[in-house]
Amino acid sequence: MSALVESRASKRAKAVALWLATFLLMAVICLPGLWVVLSAFRLNREILAKPPVWVPEVLTLLNFGKIFGWGEQQIGIPVGAYFTNSLIIALTSTFIALAIGMAGGYAFARYRFRGKAALFLGLMLFRAVPGIALSLPLFMMWSKLGLINTKAGLIIVYVSLNVPFTIWLIDGFFRQIPLALSEAAQVDGCTRWQAFWKIEFPLARSGIASAGVFAFLTSWNEFALASQLTRSTASKTLPVGLLDFTAQFTIDWAGMCALAVIIIIPALILTFIVQKHLIAGLTFGGVKG
Amino acid sequence: MADITLEKVVKKYGALGVVHSIDLNIAHQEFVVLVGPSGCGKSTTLRMIAGLEDITGGIVRIGGRVVNDLPPRKRNISMVFQNYALYPHMNVRDNLGFGLKIAGQSPAVVAERVAEAADILGLSALLDRTPAELSGGQRQRVAMGRAIVRHPDAFLFDEPLSNLDAKLRGQMRAEIKKLHQRVKTTVVYVTHDQVEAMTLADRIVVMRDGHIEQTGTPMEVFNHPHNTFVATFIGSPPMNLLPGVIAGGAVQLADGSVVPVPVRAKAAEGQPVMLGIRPDDISPVGHGLSQDGPGAELALNVDLAEPLGMESLIYTRIAGQEVQAKLYGPRIVLPGEALTFRLALDRAHLFDAASGKTLEVR
Repeated sequence: MSALVESRASKRAKAVALWLATFLLMAVICLPGLWVVLSAFRLNREILAKPPVWVPEVLTLLNFGKIFGWGEQQIGIPVGAYFTNSLIIALTSTFIALAIGMAGGYAFARYRFRGKAALFLGLMLFRAVPGIALSLPLFMMWSKLGLINTKAGLIIVYVSLNVPFTIWLIDGFFRQIPLALSEAAQVDGCTRWQAFWKIEFPLARSGIASAGVFAFLTSWNEFALASQLTRSTASKTLPVGLLDFTAQFTIDWAGMCALAVIIIIPALILTFIVQKHLIAGLTFGGVKG
Repeated sequence: MADITLEKVVKKYGALGVVHSIDLNIAHQEFVVLVGPSGCGKSTTLRMIAGLEDITGGIVRIGGRVVNDLPPRKRNISMVFQNYALYPHMNVRDNLGFGLKIAGQSPAVVAERVAEAADILGLSALLDRTPAELSGGQRQRVAMGRAIVRHPDAFLFDEPLSNLDAKLRGQMRAEIKKLHQRVKTTVVYVTHDQVEAMTLADRIVVMRDGHIEQTGTPMEVFNHPHNTFVATFIGSPPMNLLPGVIAGGAVQLADGSVVPVPVRAKAAEGQPVMLGIRPDDISPVGHGLSQDGPGAELALNVDLAEPLGMESLIYTRIAGQEVQAKLYGPRIVLPGEALTFRLALDRAHLFDAASGKTLEVR
């Protein structure tokens, strides 16, 4: 009896220890993010106070007002234009990367052709190159082509960053779909094209959606290359816009954090969506007996 | 009329030949089973008929029309796949109606034909389920339903029962046979299971290594195999083959023992032969299928006996070679027991040892 109680107690202790360890780990991961969110609602002087003020005395929406030009305090940062740029660039590059990813992923999954393995390996190797290593050659080429400080220039860069990943992910999803399904559809009267859109596409949908969300987030969050290739409101994206809060001698931490929160929100929403789709992608079944 | 004709059909993958110039005529409403071991080209042949595989050479006709270059959708055939290939994102109703919808049939017609097929196959209660919610046998039925709703010229079955357990396989086999009797349509059915071939077929096509070894009704193929391959492939347990030489008008086996030449066979003096005899035709005296007619009696020792209830499968040796024999009746047989076996020579076969071809005179 006592052994039973003991084991129950030790089980509980183990669970508590596990929770504690998880909490600590998550705290380490999440704390900077939480601090950004918290700082977005604090006054600049409180953020800069020494010794630091851990528990905020006042929470305010002033920083957001400042950005969007509601309150008395205004700053000259065209957040609206940046947001529009970010949205256009991220959506367009995602759309193109998905279209290429679907065509490429399907081809890699379904067709045999010369140089297939080498091509796939090449694409994956391209993934391994750190984007920032390309910034100088890109800058030189883009300036020759007149693509510096254009949305199109950034879209091309993001498409090429994303395509290897979308191809790889979508290829995996198409591979999971038995070839017999497409064949059955063709015997049932479909053209190859119809079989793709009516059978294979719906089944790979969750994978395609995941690839799309990943591509969108990559473009949305990318800073290093965008900071090199953009100059003005014509093409600057939100992450680059964060830099506007640094002046020669001061940094408007509060404003920067507020803008960071605005950047995080769409990313956060999409992350939740991708989670759901990834799970859906893993559990789709009922094909084999 | 939807007869299917194959003329000198060849399939090659690069230099590798899979089907070597086969000729086959399948009559309207005939149930033909292509049977053979793995890799014999039977599935490839079926897929060439379906249009899922390019035809390297020769001509395929369906209903008199050359279909070599037609895509599957224009051949008016339907196919049941080994893993059923049900559309996982559609319920049973939509799976059944998919082909009709693609063909542009009105919703009323689709609903009517789906209901008809569901009724034939006992699927009416399952129409709103998805494939994931069905058992193996139910999925099999949906796959068959999807094939019949379109009223095609021919059904193609590609090893449809191989994913089912033994009991269900027997049930579904009977259902396929019933279905064919009800929906009279040309059927081409591929299997590696000779029991399915025997029970279902109007005509069996035995294939090996991309060639047709023999074509005939199940009983023809069983009773008059053209060669040793067909003889051992059709029938279970397989036919025993004993090597020997024709000497003095009889078959002399490896150990010198002599057995009369089977009744229907003819061979030249000194010719090396194979004596073929099914387990059912080697039985202890008084426990066999036929007691009269020409035969030979041999005293043999039982190595092993497998009782099956009303019969026992006996492993013994003739001329040093293991053979299987059958004892009919509920009698216990013990290993080591000495029994006199009777070989029914009116049902035995003789093959040329070199070519494997039958020496039967008909």
